[in-house]
Amino acid sequence: MRELICICCPRGCRLTVDDELNVTGNFCPRGIAYGKSEVTNPTRVVTSTVRINGSDLAMCPVKTSEPIKKGNIFKCMEEINKIQIEAPVHIGDVIIHNVCGEEGIDVIATRNMEKI
Amino acid sequence: MREVDLAIIGGGSAGLSAAVSAYDAGIRSIVILEKGPFLGGILNQCIHNGFGLTEFKEELTGPEFAARFIAQAKERNIEYHLNSVVSSLTKDKVLSYMNPEEGAVEIKAKAIVMAAGCYERSAGAIAIPGDRPAGILTAGQAQKFLNEQGYMVGKRVFILGSGDIGLIMARRMTLEGAKVLGVAELCAWSNGLNRNMVQCLYDYDIPLYLSHTVSKCEGKGRLERVTISEVDERKQPIPGTEKVFDCDTLVLSIGLLPNNDLLNNLGIPQGRSRGSEVNERLETSIPGIFSAGNVLHVHDLVDNVVEEARVAGKAAAEYILGTAEKTDNDIKVIPGNMIGYVVPGYVSSKGEGKATLKFRVREPSKNVYIVYTLNGKEIKKVFKPVIIPSEMEIQSLPKSLFNGESGTLTVSLVKKEEVK
Repeated sequence: MRELICICCPRGCRLTVDDELNVTGNFCPRGIAYGKSEVTNPTRVVTSTVRINGSDLAMCPVKTSEPIKKGNIFKCMEEINKIQIEAPVHIGDVIIHNVCGEEGIDVIATRNMEKI
Repeated sequence: MREVDLAIIGGGSAGLSAAVSAYDAGIRSIVILEKGPFLGGILNQCIHNGFGLTEFKEELTGPEFAARFIAQAKERNIEYHLNSVVSSLTKDKVLSYMNPEEGAVEIKAKAIVMAAGCYERSAGAIAIPGDRPAGILTAGQAQKFLNEQGYMVGKRVFILGSGDIGLIMARRMTLEGAKVLGVAELCAWSNGLNRNMVQCLYDYDIPLYLSHTVSKCEGKGRLERVTISEVDERKQPIPGTEKVFDCDTLVLSIGLLPNNDLLNNLGIPQGRSRGSEVNERLETSIPGIFSAGNVLHVHDLVDNVVEEARVAGKAAAEYILGTAEKTDNDIKVIPGNMIGYVVPGYVSSKGEGKATLKFRVREPSKNVYIVYTLNGKEIKKVFKPVIIPSEMEIQSLPKSLFNGESGTLTVSLVKKEEVK
């Protein structure tokens, strides 16, 4: 049994999801889908920064190209914090391949940073 | 003195969007003046995702969203100056700005779009009792230090205010290894979006103390301790409810204010949003001076900022080209019961189409009607199962409802049981 707040809309329904994945407390069907996925396989996009050399700022923002498993968030941060990159970088450049061993999910740059 | 058609104050999301829209409406002589070292404004330090769901139908980070508008401005070869602070503006639309390359410059514009964004309320604004050590800073400052300079502002952090930037920073600092001890919110409800409450606080078990405020800061040199207290209905700390947290950093997320001094100094009337009062074309009381984005009223979504700025850019272009439709501004729009502010402050009774109104409620409400009355007579009501202050309402009223009548349009919130 889990209690959740639905984030599909501002109403913020308080959902209860039981062990058989029955969702209650939802106002609309979107709450059922949200409740089930939050309990079975919660995922999040992780956004952070990596140190960059040779550009006008010290840090380059990055994100995971897809949501990763919630349980992998801190592991993902550890991998990100080990990296240093060189300017220039462009939006979408892959910084880490298959982060946390999640096949097909990369950490990518989210800002164009020129070499100076 | 150099003359241009359109000068835009601010090169963030609102300024870029206004510039692109004015260009596409036929204006070529445009100058964007940006005080920071990059185009894109505050989006550049907002590295989290969730931007662009309306504008681009995808979930982007702040820098990615900014990059798309920067690219649109650059494709059109729109002139911009960085590190350029606008120091004065006259009613005749003469602007003074300065930057390291050009020195002090004066230009005269046919039209101005004010797009200077907003600034954060700081510690001084709320007079927190106690010491004044290092380690007390606003959420936006903490965000800039961490996300652009790679500098962590603290190890044990307490946050005052549940605004979205505070929630975002609670998560961000947790991910970077800080211990975020809690968030205190003066109101009895959270002032952040639901998704930020869930994904930034609940995901990391960070406690939220509603109806609480910081009642004392202590520390010699560096912050060492904050005390929070529960507040009564008058928002005064209740003795005996103190909780003490040993921490080295207090992050403030206590509200944003339009950065509108340049227009205020011209005597342009202010609305309740603390931005300038504008009409449907986002034009102020001085013809040819327009305002859009967070300098007009603080938005929660950048998608709404760029849409609003598009209206201002197009209206400025029409003003310059002399093709602007006459606006009577003969209906004054005012916030009524439970409504914080409404933008625009004036609409015209005449004309086709719809009047778009943007407003915020004062506190969370359930099962209410938004009621529009023109000169005391109800012309429309809209049922809302839930309405909260942290999400701006945008509603359109068909002008046919005005029936050509001038006067005062009031937007109010009425409980369902009080409506006939």
